[in-house]
Amino acid sequence: MSRTRSATTRKGRAASRTRPRGRLIVVEGIDGSGKSTQIQLLHKWLEARGIEVVFTEWNSSDLVRQATKRGKKKNLLTPTTFSLLHATDFADRLTYNIVPYLKAGITVLADRYIYTAFARDTARGVDPQWVRDLYAFARKPDAAFYFRVPIEVAVGRLLGSRAKIKFYEAGMDLGLSADPVESFRLFQGRVIDEYDRLTGEYGFRVIDGTKSIDTQQRQVRDLVRRLYDEQAQEAS
Amino acid sequence: MTRFFGPGLPYADIGDLKGVLITIEGTDGVGRSTQIVRLKQWLEVQGYGVIDTGWTRSELMSETIMAAKAGHTLNQLTFTLLYATDFADRLEKAIIPALRSGFVVLADRYVFTAFARSVVRGADPRWIRNVFGFALAPDMTLYLKIDVDTLMPRLLRNRRVDFWEAGMDMHLHTDLYESARRYQWRLIREYNRMSRQYGFTAVDAALDPEEIQARIRRKVQGLLEERRMQTLTDNLEALRPLLFEEAPAPAARGGRGAAATRPAGTQHGVPATAHQAVLVPAPRRRGDRPDA
Repeated sequence: MSRTRSATTRKGRAASRTRPRGRLIVVEGIDGSGKSTQIQLLHKWLEARGIEVVFTEWNSSDLVRQATKRGKKKNLLTPTTFSLLHATDFADRLTYNIVPYLKAGITVLADRYIYTAFARDTARGVDPQWVRDLYAFARKPDAAFYFRVPIEVAVGRLLGSRAKIKFYEAGMDLGLSADPVESFRLFQGRVIDEYDRLTGEYGFRVIDGTKSIDTQQRQVRDLVRRLYDEQAQEAS
Repeated sequence: MTRFFGPGLPYADIGDLKGVLITIEGTDGVGRSTQIVRLKQWLEVQGYGVIDTGWTRSELMSETIMAAKAGHTLNQLTFTLLYATDFADRLEKAIIPALRSGFVVLADRYVFTAFARSVVRGADPRWIRNVFGFALAPDMTLYLKIDVDTLMPRLLRNRRVDFWEAGMDMHLHTDLYESARRYQWRLIREYNRMSRQYGFTAVDAALDPEEIQARIRRKVQGLLEERRMQTLTDNLEALRPLLFEEAPAPAARGGRGAAATRPAGTQHGVPATAHQAVLVPAPRRRGDRPDA
């Protein structure tokens, strides 16, 4: 490290001092866990502190939008093609929406990350090691928050907010139950089990999603503040 | 006979695949499709049910791949993953159902094309093989083998070489011909390595198309006869316990008592050969050089 530094020009040193390392912060949890609310609040707070932030969301790239839409509409997707489409979407966003920003010193907030694929695709029946190997190209986040809620809380929130539960979110493709709410319960229950397994494997910071919104946000901000403090120490 | 490259499709009931999966590999412009058309006709005349499937022809992905290739935002990762998705869709929706119904499936390009294209673009060979761990191992891979100098005029003769066939995304050279030659040279080297690693059935693609077809037919004929003999043996094995169950009635003289003489390692007449294919990248060798 010191050898590289001594080889850089004065201009290079100046640039690296003014350009802090971008942080990658991700949130995970089932639908109705409140993770999107929390990441929005975090976004506001970071910006208010003068930190430049970009946001990226699971399954949002243009590259496979048409295919995903078509696959979902015509019910063409199998657990493997479902998984691969999402991996393609992720690879595209990693290339264009994540890695360049981190390199430029900008913080990236991601609503869902590779752990969503590990949890969901495994709950759909693909091989757990296969899906982990598939995402071997991904970058390790600086912090991964998991918003944990009992299934009944998530169901209650979803039924309270929007009228319809989405087909694939409910795992209706698996034929667990003809009733969307019951299917959601069964499928997302499996997803929670997978998240619980992942928590130890990947060191998630678990937030109790049944607590009040501001309590959760306080915990999130405390942890995120430490990420930037560590960085300040590194720089000094 | 169900063999996968990796963990396969754990959630799917694959059942008994009675059909035969033959894949045709080889680089761009080597003459794969011409050979497939003629092979299909020949098999159908003999009474085989045949379906053919080709790269990027899936219902789910073909339009997306066309659109993606038209713009140039693809990188090695997204390129590979789009192909993998297309392949998975065809495998689950076309290839496996056809094999279950006893068809001969002719696949124009298979996972090896994805391996070659990704590896020459710098992908980790182990990663790309893991990605395709859900794929069925074919019964036979016909490899149309050619050297780059014989290939080049052929590649140019029929139509204009496109951006991707010339590997222009790899920035090997600004000149189209030079880029295409270098890119194809690398692809061929990768195919040659895999030919040894996976035991391809190589056919010299520099020969006259008639002669290539004749050689392909001989290889395929051999495979189909082998499979027919195997099926006969399996059926006999499956029938044996039934035959013996009725024979040793209490009054029967001597009682053969040999009902359990099925050879070890078989179950219900199906040989226990479902080992996974070994997927270790092969070391480089001089003989792989496409201009050698």
